[in-house]
Amino acid sequence: MNHRKMKFSNVYLWVVFIILYAPIFYLSYYSFNSGGTMHGFDGFTLDWYKEVFADTRLLVILLNTLVIALFSALISTILGVIGAIAIHRVRKRKNQNALLSLNNVLIVSPDVIIGASFLIMFTIIGIKLGFVSVLVSHIAFSVPIVVIMVLPKLEEMSSSLLDAARDLGATEWDVLTKVVVPFIKSGIFAGFFMALTYSLDDFAVTFFVTGNGFTTLSVEIYSRARQGVSLSINALSTLIFLFTMLLVVGYYFINRRGLVSGRVERNMDWGPPNK
Amino acid sequence: MRNVYLVPYVLWILLFVAMPIALIVYDSFFDVEGNFTFANYAHFFTPVYMKMTFSSFWYAFLITAFSLLIGYPAAYLITRTKHKQLWLLLLILPSWINLLLKTYAFIGLFGTYGAVNAMLETIGIGQKQILFTDFSFIFVSVYIFIPFMILPVFNALEELNPSLIYAARDLGASPWTTFRRVIFPLTMNGIKSGCQAVFIPALSLFMITRLIAGNRVITLGTAIEQHFLVTQDWGMGATIAVFLIIAMAVIMMVTGNRIKGRG
Repeated sequence: MNHRKMKFSNVYLWVVFIILYAPIFYLSYYSFNSGGTMHGFDGFTLDWYKEVFADTRLLVILLNTLVIALFSALISTILGVIGAIAIHRVRKRKNQNALLSLNNVLIVSPDVIIGASFLIMFTIIGIKLGFVSVLVSHIAFSVPIVVIMVLPKLEEMSSSLLDAARDLGATEWDVLTKVVVPFIKSGIFAGFFMALTYSLDDFAVTFFVTGNGFTTLSVEIYSRARQGVSLSINALSTLIFLFTMLLVVGYYFINRRGLVSGRVERNMDWGPPNK
Repeated sequence: MRNVYLVPYVLWILLFVAMPIALIVYDSFFDVEGNFTFANYAHFFTPVYMKMTFSSFWYAFLITAFSLLIGYPAAYLITRTKHKQLWLLLLILPSWINLLLKTYAFIGLFGTYGAVNAMLETIGIGQKQILFTDFSFIFVSVYIFIPFMILPVFNALEELNPSLIYAARDLGASPWTTFRRVIFPLTMNGIKSGCQAVFIPALSLFMITRLIAGNRVITLGTAIEQHFLVTQDWGMGATIAVFLIIAMAVIMMVTGNRIKGRG
């Protein structure tokens, strides 16, 4: 009986698995289609890939997306680590919880709300919509994610470790760079990768706060998809898929290394992007 | 010991959490010409917006229900497999792929000459209009959100003490009774956070409604986007956003804020 149950469970999982991957492989498959549509495979071609690499505008957009992702992940990681340490050091449990709730507002907020409210804010402050506004928004919504990834690591750290360092004459800066940061390294990396993927994936927020001159990949695909099908998008998405796989595998191994107590995993509750 | 780290962090909270919400509320009291007014709120309670709010909630409910219906067994079965970490990774990996690309793929899959229609033709059902229907909208949304349901439920199942299940079996409970009376109630927290992670974004979808549902489905999110970026009636958009924030807060209270109580 146990054997049969295993079989059923495998069938169910395989079906879910196949459905989840079908669209991705469908896109990749037709990226090699010499016919111009996503139906009826005419013949193998790499033309669409050539088109992607010949399309300077698209490459610029790709570069924009990567630059925004890297910068926002880097800055939000720094801010997030500072935030996590700040929350960790708050003594009163009540204040700590209040800060955490505020921290989580942007994680649970629908993208539309974040986008719309940031749009109002940037307009009032007078920040021109474009690179800066997109970068700032990406930093803003990545910070709480980094905090969530780093905080459990800080909680694992015993306070006697810090006391010992201070007794031995370490300055505040030494304590931070030589004790705290090395200890929470895996959390920092996890947070950085999360921020990176959130930024690469974001559509809704960027769509609100981007001006006429500046686009990221998601926004570009959105406008192209509304115009109709073009297989160069398939080729591009295949490339992105491979790139994402690399990122995820990297993230997975970093996470595994820090998986001593299994706590990191539980913090993946808010896991992947795509809110 | 002074907590100097609080300064930049609290600044971030004030700038990007408190101020945006305050600005949304503030903006909701102004009309298109910039005059102070309560008209937006009055407008929100007219049948047009009430109907839209209702249908938005209905779609979000359906999306959450189907995600749970498919995601719960999947999460449960993963915990029973040999390489559960690998399976989990495989099932949540597609969610790392850009949302727009996956949605775009469905335009091809569900299109008039797409793979699904070709299959329907082969098995003799014949071509159907799939794209721009409620079905495609709910299917794609569930597809997008399912990893968010699987993850928390999986974590809740992993935390479950297996001896409780053995005890139930020993006491003569059938597998179904064990599930209904032991496993299901004990994984309620995972279900709640899963539902929270699906329901709130489902209320505010606008990209999928445009690309897959062809503007046939209008959610609160679509309406906000419309007001902010198309009709430029920020006041009305902000008013809808205020109600969305209220709805979000209510959902958080009902389902409990799991991150807050982490642990």
